[in-house]
Amino acid sequence: MSRLTVMTENKAQQTVENIYKDLERRIVASPPGLCPIDLLSSFLKMTHAQTCGKCVPCRIGLGKLENLLDAILDGTATTETLDMIQKTAETVYYSADCAIGWESAEMVLKGLMGFREDFLSHITSGKCTFELNQPVPCRSLCPAGVDIPGYIALINEGRHQDAIKLIRKDNPFPAVCGLICEHPCERRCRRNMVDAPINIRGLKRYAAEHAGKVPVSKIAEGTGKKVAIVGGGPSGLSAAYYLALMGHKVEVIEKRKRLGGMLAYGIPNYRLPVELLNADIDAILSAGVKVHYEVEVGQDVKLEELKKDFDAVYIAIGAHIDKKLSIDGLDAEGIYSAVDILRQIGDGEMPIFEGLNVSVIGGGNVAMDVARTAKRLNAKSVSVLYRRRKDDMTALPEEIEAAMAEGCEIYDLSSPLSIEKDEAGKITSVLIKPQIISSIKDGRPTPKDADRQTEAIPTDILIIAIGQGIESREFEKYGVEVKKGTISSLETAEIAGIDGFFAGGDCVTGPATVIRAIAAGKVAAANIDNYLGFNHIIESNVEIPEAKLVDRDPRGRVNMKDRPAAIRINDFDLVELGMSQEEAQQESSRCLRCDHFGYGIFKGGRYLKW
Amino acid sequence: MVNLVMNGKDIRVPKGTTILDAAKMNHISIPHLCYLKDINDIGACRVCVVEVKGLERLVTSCNNTVEEGMEVFTNSPRVRTVRKTNVQLILSQHDSNCAICNRSGNCSLQTLSNNLGIHTPFFKKELPNETWNEVYPLIRDPQKCIKCMRCVQVCDKIQSMNIWDIAKTGARTTVDVSENRDINSANCAICGQCITHCPVGALSERNDMQKVFDMLADKDKVVIVQVAPAVRTAWAEELGLSQEKATVKRMVAALKRIGFDYVFDTTFTADLTIMEEGTEFLNKLGGGESEKYPLFTSCCPGWVRFLKYEYPEYVGQLSSAKSPQQMFGAVTKTYYAQKMGIDPENIFNVSIMPCIAKKYECGVSVLDDAGYGPDVDVVLTTRELSRMIRAEHIVVDDLPEEEFDLPLGIGSGAGVIFGATGGVMEAALRTAYFVVNGKNPDPDLFQDVRGVDGWKEATVNLGGNVVKAAIASGLGNARKLMNAVKKGDVDYHFVEIMACPGGCAGGGGQPIHDGEELAEERGKYLYGLDQIDNLRFSHENPSVLACYEEFFGEPLSEKAHHLLHTDHSEWELEI
Repeated sequence: MSRLTVMTENKAQQTVENIYKDLERRIVASPPGLCPIDLLSSFLKMTHAQTCGKCVPCRIGLGKLENLLDAILDGTATTETLDMIQKTAETVYYSADCAIGWESAEMVLKGLMGFREDFLSHITSGKCTFELNQPVPCRSLCPAGVDIPGYIALINEGRHQDAIKLIRKDNPFPAVCGLICEHPCERRCRRNMVDAPINIRGLKRYAAEHAGKVPVSKIAEGTGKKVAIVGGGPSGLSAAYYLALMGHKVEVIEKRKRLGGMLAYGIPNYRLPVELLNADIDAILSAGVKVHYEVEVGQDVKLEELKKDFDAVYIAIGAHIDKKLSIDGLDAEGIYSAVDILRQIGDGEMPIFEGLNVSVIGGGNVAMDVARTAKRLNAKSVSVLYRRRKDDMTALPEEIEAAMAEGCEIYDLSSPLSIEKDEAGKITSVLIKPQIISSIKDGRPTPKDADRQTEAIPTDILIIAIGQGIESREFEKYGVEVKKGTISSLETAEIAGIDGFFAGGDCVTGPATVIRAIAAGKVAAANIDNYLGFNHIIESNVEIPEAKLVDRDPRGRVNMKDRPAAIRINDFDLVELGMSQEEAQQESSRCLRCDHFGYGIFKGGRYLKW
Repeated sequence: MVNLVMNGKDIRVPKGTTILDAAKMNHISIPHLCYLKDINDIGACRVCVVEVKGLERLVTSCNNTVEEGMEVFTNSPRVRTVRKTNVQLILSQHDSNCAICNRSGNCSLQTLSNNLGIHTPFFKKELPNETWNEVYPLIRDPQKCIKCMRCVQVCDKIQSMNIWDIAKTGARTTVDVSENRDINSANCAICGQCITHCPVGALSERNDMQKVFDMLADKDKVVIVQVAPAVRTAWAEELGLSQEKATVKRMVAALKRIGFDYVFDTTFTADLTIMEEGTEFLNKLGGGESEKYPLFTSCCPGWVRFLKYEYPEYVGQLSSAKSPQQMFGAVTKTYYAQKMGIDPENIFNVSIMPCIAKKYECGVSVLDDAGYGPDVDVVLTTRELSRMIRAEHIVVDDLPEEEFDLPLGIGSGAGVIFGATGGVMEAALRTAYFVVNGKNPDPDLFQDVRGVDGWKEATVNLGGNVVKAAIASGLGNARKLMNAVKKGDVDYHFVEIMACPGGCAGGGGQPIHDGEELAEERGKYLYGLDQIDNLRFSHENPSVLACYEEFFGEPLSEKAHHLLHTDHSEWELEI
């Protein structure tokens, strides 16, 4: 017997490790609408396999819980079964020796609380309250419901114009979304089960780049109805586009010099070049949308007048007011809000940061946007100050990574305490109180003051990017309900109690994603059309290629490349590089065509019109 | 055209052809189970899989199309194993007690597993434990359901009723009434199209045969049977009779052999319906501007249920005339009983219908106007009729033909075509023309309303009144028509609707032929019977004329109103 041996993995262990990885990816790709009790029972079976077998509650109790859950699923349980589940799970939770046991039991206890109604429904009617809903994951997770497998198949056949036409059926911003969409579609892509999700956004960008100018679809006969759209951002313009296609007379009332809302006044050119934004906007306007620039509702035109002059009004004013920070010294000179800085840049006036120390407070995408912009304006240093850890930032990981690559310094676990200023009242530094990450509340770790000295971050310019709100006063005066700083509208986008008024986008949801704003515009268009007494159908008439019969063998995902950081910080040109034809071809071939294979061919695979 | 190789043979088929169809065109048979052309091509059973050279996994032939240069093997060793194993998996969750299944001999799964040589169970049998409302006319046996989803698809796509859906999840996934509803509160029209498209015995009608046998055994009972027009097109399909031998008169002979005291023809009351409904319509036409149009026919209870559930605001526009079945029940227990001196208390009315909804209709509580219990006591489907004939071991092949009994066994050709979509309208127009013009039209004048198109229109000049008529069959088409009516896109005076595609000929109570739609063919047979009939106008039916002379007086008389009409608002929809 040797005293010690080097640990080696045998083939079985290696295989098991691989299966663990497969399982992780499979959980990521779990389709929506599954019965939570069924899932719980399956997870229990797995956690039970993890038990070491030493302790009674875990070795035996988890198995009993499995049986009890199965009785619920088989329809042989009574309400007493629920009590037994509760008692057994509590016993395991309170008496298991290690996390293998108590965490398994907690899962069951969470379920008893979280989906109790479903338990009861199984017991009383033998039925699950969850609707089986396993159509096309990408399409069902896209707020606008874009036919993703359809356009990927079109790209695969080189039919880029058709791909754009198909995208426009549900989303009139293909070029914009190809660059900056947060792509919720990729989250549960079934391809995760094989290797990694399809690079859907990258493919969309490829189509937009290679389609050339694509004329908009046929405009319906004029209805004589007039619709006012307040705010020319993604939501307002989406509504305007579909309403114009439906034959209504649409007029957009825009407060600023340019259309696009946050797309023009929030997202820097290096992420969304103005000419690409304008390409989408030009297409939208070509449907016959009229725009009044630099007209502010409340000041230049009253809501009462809109009500009188138009048959319906869609309020999509976005969220353009910065949220305020409450620390000492904010009256110092040199403090700006991110919204103001980005708006200024949107109008073509570049702030002067050259040689200055710029600090940014915040951890969202807007914070990254201003930080990276400051870097491009030759700031001496750019510091991002954030209370929690880098991992907890709400900005997309790739944005944080890009900011760091460009030389922005991330000070995480740094809570701003106060502002130091010189005699002239000019900011000199931001005092920060170091934080320690602490307990997890509502799934998010919270920071608390660490037992460390405060630090001073030398600062000439401080930009605050801790979120946006909406300018709701005018609308409140008119009787529009505003709750928690956002306009209240129904699922149909209607504003309750004010006939003919609809609202959507960031001003209803609070700052959210462009695709959610687009989706709200689409919903509003459909319901405004019905409100006006019509039922126009929006469709694309693009024939979707048949699913190809090929083995979809594991193959790496094509990721997008960025221009080198050292070069890109010298300009405001687009950072991300598009796919090559070869890459787009390969990536589009990876699509599993869930519209054809699996549940999609039965139900929910394709909606040709809305 | 696409060139490919199938089982080593070079073949050429049009682009877009499925592998299954390509095989069929080239006389290669690929077994399949869940597939139903144009309705269900979801590849759920995985029985129709084939091997494609170069592909690791098998592909379903029903929903994948041919590709240039493709090499397909429909019977490779892997295909053979997989196909058989999948059928064995299906059987492990199917109650295959075939001896006591009403689809035995007409079951796609039975045929398939027999053809594949599966004679011993392979997997442990695990049957679901679910229950069903046994008094409802539509019966679902969860232990026989193979989750092919055809019922879901036919109800969604053809009938637009969305009664069925997937229920439960994961391994317990099954088919059940949608939205967690009970069938009785699901707004089901009870058309029975799910039954006629079920490949196995999971869906069927409530079996009412024993009630009839019991009455036939009761010496005090006078058991009267009426046979709907469409039944004559299909009654012998399951008995293996040649078309030449499957005559109406041989059907009558079989019914007499079973022991019915009187065998009558619902065609008689179809003619009576024309008299009542036609008069109702002509009165409406003369009723001035306050009249609401269109007037809807009411002989199809599936359609009546559909309208009441989905468009209740139009119930007042249903013709108040009862369906021929219900008129028959009321007439036999009054006029006929009186004429023959039979105590109506002793009459037991059986009706043979191509229909499931008729089982609901006869049970509607207000349809008892004769005053002796339900006017019609029991409804049997065409399928139950052929089962009864088999149960009695009647060798129909060499049964001599017999005539319907008189006087209620006389019907016109116009009544016969009630069994096909457009038939009621055509029969009504023939008589309306006569009433308005005082002379008969050419009986084939109104050909526009024939054929199995889902939504037909005709414009007819009735004595200066331009009458716009429309006909729809299949509830999906009915919904389209009703939406157009509601929106004001169309403007009809008289509308005939039948719940089943093609009308009663394609009814939910007709014999089942998996993968075949026979409504058109059966409808043609009815038009053929009309063509050779000497009597082609309802208003010339001598029994109908006698019935008015001896009993009702005239159409819409008080007596007629009492016995032949109904207030639709009083019908309950639940059972």
